[in-house]
Amino acid sequence: MPTEATRRPNTLFRNLNAKIASLPMILTALVVFVGGTIWTITYSFTNSRLLPRLNFIGLDQYERLWSTPRWIASIQNLVIYGSLSLIFSLLIGFVLAALLDQKIRFENTFRSIILYPFALSFIVTGLVWQWLLNPDFGVQHLVRTLGWESFTFNPLYDQSIVIYGILIAGLWQGTGLVMCLMLAGLRGIDEDIWKAARVDGIPMWKTYIFIVIPMMRPVFVTTLVIIASGIVRIYDLVVAQTSGGPGHASEVPAKYVYDYMFAAQNLGQGFAASTMMLLTVAIVVVPWAYLEFGGRRRHG
Amino acid sequence: MADVRTASVGQVEPRIAGHDEAWGPRPRRIFSRRNIVLYGALVIVSLYYLMPLYVMIVTSLKTMPEIRLGNVFAPPVEITFEPWVKAWSTACTGLNCDGLSRGFWNSVRITIPSVIISIAIASVNGYALANWRFKGGNTFFTILIVGAFIPYQVMIYPIVIILREMGVYGTLTGLIIVHTIFGMPINTLLFRNYFSSLPEELFKAARVDGAGFWGIYFRIMLPMSLPIFVVSMIIQVTGIWNDFLFGVVYTKPDTYPMTVQLNNIVNSVQGVKEYNVNMAATILTGLVPLVIYFISGKLFVRGIAAGAVKG
Amino acid sequence: MTSVLVRDLSLNFGAVEVLKSLNLEVAEGEFLVLLGPSGCGKSTLLNCIAGLLDVSAGQIFINGKNVTWNEPKDRGIGMVFQSYALYPQMTVEGNLSFGLKNARLPRDEIARRIARAAEILQIEPLLQRKPAALSGGQRQRVAIGRALVRDVDVFLFDEPLSNLDAKLRSELRIEIKRLHQKLANTMIYVTHDQIEALTLADRIAVMKGGIIQQFDSPKTIYNRPVNRFVADFIGSPGMNFIEGELETRDGAPWFVAGDFRAPVSNYPFDGKGFRQGPASFGIRPEHVGVNTGDGWPFSARVPVEVVEPMGSDTLVWTRLGGQSFTMRVTSERSPRTGETVTIGFDPLNASLFDTETGERL
Repeated sequence: MPTEATRRPNTLFRNLNAKIASLPMILTALVVFVGGTIWTITYSFTNSRLLPRLNFIGLDQYERLWSTPRWIASIQNLVIYGSLSLIFSLLIGFVLAALLDQKIRFENTFRSIILYPFALSFIVTGLVWQWLLNPDFGVQHLVRTLGWESFTFNPLYDQSIVIYGILIAGLWQGTGLVMCLMLAGLRGIDEDIWKAARVDGIPMWKTYIFIVIPMMRPVFVTTLVIIASGIVRIYDLVVAQTSGGPGHASEVPAKYVYDYMFAAQNLGQGFAASTMMLLTVAIVVVPWAYLEFGGRRRHG
Repeated sequence: MADVRTASVGQVEPRIAGHDEAWGPRPRRIFSRRNIVLYGALVIVSLYYLMPLYVMIVTSLKTMPEIRLGNVFAPPVEITFEPWVKAWSTACTGLNCDGLSRGFWNSVRITIPSVIISIAIASVNGYALANWRFKGGNTFFTILIVGAFIPYQVMIYPIVIILREMGVYGTLTGLIIVHTIFGMPINTLLFRNYFSSLPEELFKAARVDGAGFWGIYFRIMLPMSLPIFVVSMIIQVTGIWNDFLFGVVYTKPDTYPMTVQLNNIVNSVQGVKEYNVNMAATILTGLVPLVIYFISGKLFVRGIAAGAVKG
Repeated sequence: MTSVLVRDLSLNFGAVEVLKSLNLEVAEGEFLVLLGPSGCGKSTLLNCIAGLLDVSAGQIFINGKNVTWNEPKDRGIGMVFQSYALYPQMTVEGNLSFGLKNARLPRDEIARRIARAAEILQIEPLLQRKPAALSGGQRQRVAIGRALVRDVDVFLFDEPLSNLDAKLRSELRIEIKRLHQKLANTMIYVTHDQIEALTLADRIAVMKGGIIQQFDSPKTIYNRPVNRFVADFIGSPGMNFIEGELETRDGAPWFVAGDFRAPVSNYPFDGKGFRQGPASFGIRPEHVGVNTGDGWPFSARVPVEVVEPMGSDTLVWTRLGGQSFTMRVTSERSPRTGETVTIGFDPLNASLFDTETGERL
């Protein structure tokens, strides 16, 4: 038997074409995602103003950040908006999905109607609801002309409830997505579960609460992560609907970052604020990614 | 749950006894209480979701005096298309008074190349990851997917620097690069999962037949993956068209995409607010994604479900 | 002459050893079947031979050439897959010609080869159809044709019949056998179906856990399995096993399990010969006579517990030495449940295994 083989190609050149094709991905992953993140975190410890400078000042930017009322207001808004948005979009989304899952007629029509706002941008959403919530022409005006003279619903000009005005718009835009994800989850449940529950005489609501929802745990977790990471990013909606006002009553972190980086020319503050945003996302995503991908790696 | 079971078994017997003459299909009433509640709820919900669209349309067809007098839900007494014309061609943003049309064409010039480039890159990428499994591939892919969760605000400024170094900051080219970068995670995931779901033996057979990396991609994989290209295209077109943040950061006023321009028109503090023009402009901006949404139907749903549920 | 030689082949996926230092030699024109339960590494081995998987250690030679690092297309192989793997967007003709076009063969040569393959496999009327318009059997024929047109010396089959229904499977099995007789190519065929293995193979390699357990002719594997795994895996219904002891009584060797005692003086022990100790006694159901008179070295009267008619044959269940025991009789001679019958067999046909190691004694 001859033992001479064709030369083994250098390992670097094995699958060379695949590696060339993946170059954009590798660059994006390393330069933009990893590099950019490290860069921003690093410069958040500097006193960069108009231009980034490596002049380290320790945690000063963070101290200033957490003593700025506007940032505190942004975080408060994010917490209120975020928690309510999570609860209501999961609740409404699931109920709507359950309604659509009853083998109804015109399912596609109903689903299309509930989902269409998701196709619209936050800018469009924000502007429509700005108009609907306009105190002189919108809902408040309408109810008053119907005879309820003292009716007041003026979220966009009332500092204490402006964030709920944004919540209404956000839910209108986003619940369709949650409904779709939930519907996909419901459809993924074995038909036989429903048959078994029916034979056992378990009422439908009990089947949902005690059997179906626990089975949909992965869908809920994934949806939660998707909504949560979207919430942290909320920006366009606020810009369009209220521009952060009245006063600073509807400011959000993403807007703080943008304004400090590009308007106030205080890059260091912007970097510190964006690093805080990253931290918030990490708290949500890291445990999930660990459970989801760490578990999968073992049998993949 | 055991007690529920015994209780219902107990109820079954008398029911059978009472229906001696039950024969053939069980009678069903169309207007059962269940149906009234179910469809009633869905119709009310649908009306709520449609209401803003309706208000947008009627407002854009009214004259300003009529808006000031009536309520937002009332249909227009006298239909006028003037607000639409004004929104499209003469509405002002700052010093420019050539309407939304400029933003529309900017958005078209941004969206088309961005969609083509990002899908081309993502599909080849997904194919390389799914079928060629080179060393380190999965590591980069994991970084890419985790990176999709990083708030854009963290990466905005480093990208400004990169684009400035490349000499494309503030140009459409720069924005196209940004869209390609941020569209990569979701679309690569989509294509990787799709190509992984194709039978692996097909790929093996093609290799035995002597086809190489590009041969298999163009001759075998591409012809089989039309649906996923459509799904990816829907995601990209709506995503890029609806983008605001990247537009405002990476372009200059004369290259602003439509969303940015719309926001500037509506939220400009100068002059009298022309709500009818604003609503016409808003509809115009939302029209492209809406049309895509209603044409694509189920594929749109499949796109968001595929992008979201799969890990 | 040796056609395919596998030398000390190992394959690891991370920490998992899928193939463990395998050696295999296939002669030219031989029909080799790799047989084993799912997960035994048989398909992995085939993929390594095809070059679709990179090996961790060892060498592969095809026709005397070391092809360990060669691309699949350069190895002189053709491959047929379980799911047919026909390119859905190409016609049958396109499927057959794809590889040849990639190899930049002249047009008339491609046409000649397709015509020949189509004639051998009788798929001429299907050439312009798309795979979706073909039945399962036709698709598999096209898949075989795709290997055929490559005009290679070694054919690799990866469970080619598993997706077909029982009737088609037996038809195509015969066809593959005819094809082999006609072409006299080397064929390596992976299956988990022992009937396919026994009917098709010149030699069978029984695999388990990434190791070849036994590599021999179907007859030897059936009659003299080297260990308990092979004995158990081959044969349907499976071999009877009775757990007991090998003892010497009155100077003669016996197998004893409770009240069951069989003389094993004529059993062909392996090199080490008879030894006392725990052992498994294996005998195939068809080697047991039921009510066939005397003359067996071992016979006993046993009650019939269950009767399972299987068409031409009937399976009779009883107990022997306190353990479940089956016999196979022709249906006309089938006893009834509850009857007591006389059974007998010759330990010459039996297999004895070491209880601890499972190796044949």
